[in-house]
Amino acid sequence: MKTTCLHPRHTAQGALMSPFGGFDMPISYRGIEEEHRAVRGDVGVFDVSHMGEVRIHGERALDFVNRIFSGSLTELEPGKVIYGMMLNPQGGVVDDLLVYKRSDRDFFLVINASNIDKDVAWIMECAAAFGDGVTIDHQSDEWSELAIQGPNAEKTMKEVLGIDCSDLTFYTFKEFDRDGHHLLVSRTGYTGEDGFELYAPAEVIIAAWDALMKAGVEPCGLGCRDTLRFEAGLPLYGDELTDTITPLEAGLGMFAKVDKPDFIGRDALVAQKEQGLRRKIVGLEIDGRAIARHGYPVLDEEGNQIGEITTGYHSITLDKNIAMAIIDARFAALGTRLQVQVRRKTFPATVIKKRFYTPNYKK
Amino acid sequence: MIYYLPTHEYARIEDNIAYIGISKFAAQQLGNVVYVDMPEEGDDVTAGEEFGAIESVKAASDLYSPVSGAVIEINEHLIDNPRLVNEDPEANWIIKVEMNEPADLEKLLSPEAYAELCAKEQH
Repeated sequence: MKTTCLHPRHTAQGALMSPFGGFDMPISYRGIEEEHRAVRGDVGVFDVSHMGEVRIHGERALDFVNRIFSGSLTELEPGKVIYGMMLNPQGGVVDDLLVYKRSDRDFFLVINASNIDKDVAWIMECAAAFGDGVTIDHQSDEWSELAIQGPNAEKTMKEVLGIDCSDLTFYTFKEFDRDGHHLLVSRTGYTGEDGFELYAPAEVIIAAWDALMKAGVEPCGLGCRDTLRFEAGLPLYGDELTDTITPLEAGLGMFAKVDKPDFIGRDALVAQKEQGLRRKIVGLEIDGRAIARHGYPVLDEEGNQIGEITTGYHSITLDKNIAMAIIDARFAALGTRLQVQVRRKTFPATVIKKRFYTPNYKK
Repeated sequence: MIYYLPTHEYARIEDNIAYIGISKFAAQQLGNVVYVDMPEEGDDVTAGEEFGAIESVKAASDLYSPVSGAVIEINEHLIDNPRLVNEDPEANWIIKVEMNEPADLEKLLSPEAYAELCAKEQH
């Protein structure tokens, strides 16, 4: 099993550890609920060094990344970040990722840990078909990463880490050298709160972690990262996005620009738009205390299965039992009454908006 | 007398009644309990078989019965306040079972044997 540079810190601090995406990662320290509330109300820090990084550069980098990525990079200004997907020719999602644009000739991609090998192989395959003028550098081993998230994240960045982020707006980044190391910081995250992601070599990240701990910033595990992103309606690859779910079905059509120059998977999305969606990801509110987990059946009122849960929790912020589910599109209208099967029992559920919690981004 | 299953359920025995719940060790490992899925009064449970589930924020875990018999009471306090399981798991039993197979107890772990098992699992 792979580990991050902070692994010795996590075990020494008594974190509950579990495998995730091929890494032995902290699930929680003080408790998922406590950590979740710290991020919603104050600030917390996550070790996200398991995430993968790929640099794509060269004379034709813009054209190549446009070809493999669903978002439009041509108009994007250098210094900006964009969220989107790499699609397969059938329109399914190879991975969802962030693309950092340094220039038309230099892009930095941040991919999911669980997909690193698959993504790198896919990018290489696409690059071979694309031809000259583009170089792929897989840099996952060179970068470690922290996410500092919550309404007090900006203050923490400045006061604890000495990084002034007041000039960064939502989804922008900057790079600078400090003590001979290269650092990249962006105003991005995966929690539905304001916050930052800091990419740097291991020794910088370890020193930053230690400084944050000394300052009393809440260490957070992947447990609350999942409950936080879920409340904000953000997808997790493997749950809401897979090789066989398209961005349109996932309700993420705004991140797949079918009107931009051709990209892999575009034709499949155009065809799917014309034919209409057969299934959709929706939000559900469940009556009763049972929690609908990934894979549990979703039924219509007559008891016929019409889909399944992708993620479900007892929402810590909202104190409700809610879930995201992929279901037959005919049942996707807001307010539709459905049922969820939890082990031997069924519970009534209602289709609601899947952005359960309105994010507090600093635009 | 109290006995345990390797899956961390206990049975506290008073005459032919078993009070069944989860151990302190299991409650700590689970974290905050948010839901306890219990059978109904009158249901039969079988030694070694699943009778319900307990849910933390992160995951659902099946509950196994240490003994066979009929459920004569469920702990209704847990319906609205599942967190009682965290506060004192051995006082806040989940179901009360009238045993029909006293020999079941011979297959369970003593407190000493269970403590050894927990020590191993922690490392």
